[in-house]
Amino acid sequence: MIQHLLDGILVGAILSLGAIGLTMVMHILRFANFSHAELLSVGAYAALVFDKIFKVTLPLMASAIGSLSITWALILSILFSMVITGASAVLFDRLIFRRIRENGQELSMVFASFGLALIVRNLIGLIFGLNTKLYTKEIVFATVLSRDPLVVVKLDQVATLFITLILMVLIHFVLSRTTFGYSLRAVGENPELAQVNGINLDKTIMVVWIIGGCLAAVAGVFYGLTNQINPMIGRDLVLPVFAATIVGGIGSVYGALLGGFIVGLASNMALIVLPSGYSPAVPFLIILAVLLIRPNGLFGEERQ
Amino acid sequence: MSEIVLEVRNIIAGYVPDLPILREVSIMVKSGSVNVVIGPNGAGKSTLIKAIVGLVPVSEGSIFLRGQEIDIVKPHLIAKHGISYVPQSDNIFRTLTVRQNLELALRNSGKNADLRLSELLEQFPILCDKLKEKAGALSGGQRQFLAVAMAISTDPDIILMDEPSAGLAPKAAQGILELLRDLTSSGVSILLVEQNVNQALRLADYCYILAEGRNQVDGKASKLLNDPIVGEIYLGGKRFGAEA
Repeated sequence: MIQHLLDGILVGAILSLGAIGLTMVMHILRFANFSHAELLSVGAYAALVFDKIFKVTLPLMASAIGSLSITWALILSILFSMVITGASAVLFDRLIFRRIRENGQELSMVFASFGLALIVRNLIGLIFGLNTKLYTKEIVFATVLSRDPLVVVKLDQVATLFITLILMVLIHFVLSRTTFGYSLRAVGENPELAQVNGINLDKTIMVVWIIGGCLAAVAGVFYGLTNQINPMIGRDLVLPVFAATIVGGIGSVYGALLGGFIVGLASNMALIVLPSGYSPAVPFLIILAVLLIRPNGLFGEERQ
Repeated sequence: MSEIVLEVRNIIAGYVPDLPILREVSIMVKSGSVNVVIGPNGAGKSTLIKAIVGLVPVSEGSIFLRGQEIDIVKPHLIAKHGISYVPQSDNIFRTLTVRQNLELALRNSGKNADLRLSELLEQFPILCDKLKEKAGALSGGQRQFLAVAMAISTDPDIILMDEPSAGLAPKAAQGILELLRDLTSSGVSILLVEQNVNQALRLADYCYILAEGRNQVDGKASKLLNDPIVGEIYLGGKRFGAEA
């Protein structure tokens, strides 16, 4: 029970990171982006490449930090991966979404995002192979928190949770305290009014893609670190991340945060009563339950 | 003769290409004057204002600001051109607080934002004790004052307003229109679209009547107000006392 709770929180943190990016993109661009979870894959693989490069070129950085399996090389790789993933998100927008947006076809953007997701997923499979990869092959022992009931946690998981929480506080600070944050919220609420108040819409959209891409990169690496890296990360995470976004309410960063934890916890807690094969269905039940009571999600506002 | 701040010359504009809503509309706004655009529903009044600020594509015609022709305006650059625009509804950010709304508008004013904010609050004491409230929680009249405060925060030469009195209680509507009149004493020009014809004409210096996307009649507001033919054709004659 406590073990499931703990695992749920750890998975939830990763889902939250993905959902925050997705909710911002969905709010400002007003379309359901089914390719967002592929950015997590892009992030995970980009970090894998940089990690290998840094471990060879900078052997000093190849040592693990404390008792974690995370190395300094991986930390540096995460930063580089954020750049690559943010740039990929902008590139996808320029190549695909912006062209469709300019023609005013919202539904086409949804279909295009499905197509993009398939392309990215298979391209990654083509380049890196379908085999599972790991950032480190060293065996990481879990720390036993309690023997009866048995509760174990990996220090890597604690570290990822900690970094995730720091990122969330940072986002909260930006959105609630800076005029840049106000302008992001303003564009989400009313793009026309935002523009006549001096906000450059194209620039804001680009920034939102970059933020979404960066958060997805971190989420992807953390998922790879606590699970494994394979080209199907996007496919496996697209629905939980979507569920977190919808449960939280589209456009609400705090909703996405909470939604991630709710979906993560519920999926893991469900393992107590359900066979593990049914666990992927749990997010849908949560969506149904929340939307029945609050049609705009927990923190969502009614949209025009 | 007072300077011409804004001149719109023969513009053709519409949301969809080849389906113009405005067909060669021209207007001229002099410095420190209140100008009102009236006309029946669908005449293109709001489209005219949106075309000036770049929210509706202009396919032909020119827009001059202080005698200089400007290319198609990008909406986010209108403040730099000295234009402010207050839409009819949803003219404040509901999810932001009153203070955040004002700070956002002041962001690009290029002045000391804190100083300008305190100046604005002196001018709009009604907003002082609402600063921390969500703008969505304000009453209709208070929202309109906030929208005007945001519009003048950048010290514009001209403010374009779409039906500032729509949906307001008569007293609040009167308050807003009087505020606009007061603003002109500092040299600001006002171009507004109004449904409340009687009130608008009493307030305005000059009036343009549009119908079916074209200029129909224009002239001094006081003259049009008393013109029985204009009253009957364009302003709903009976309201003005003329026999049908």
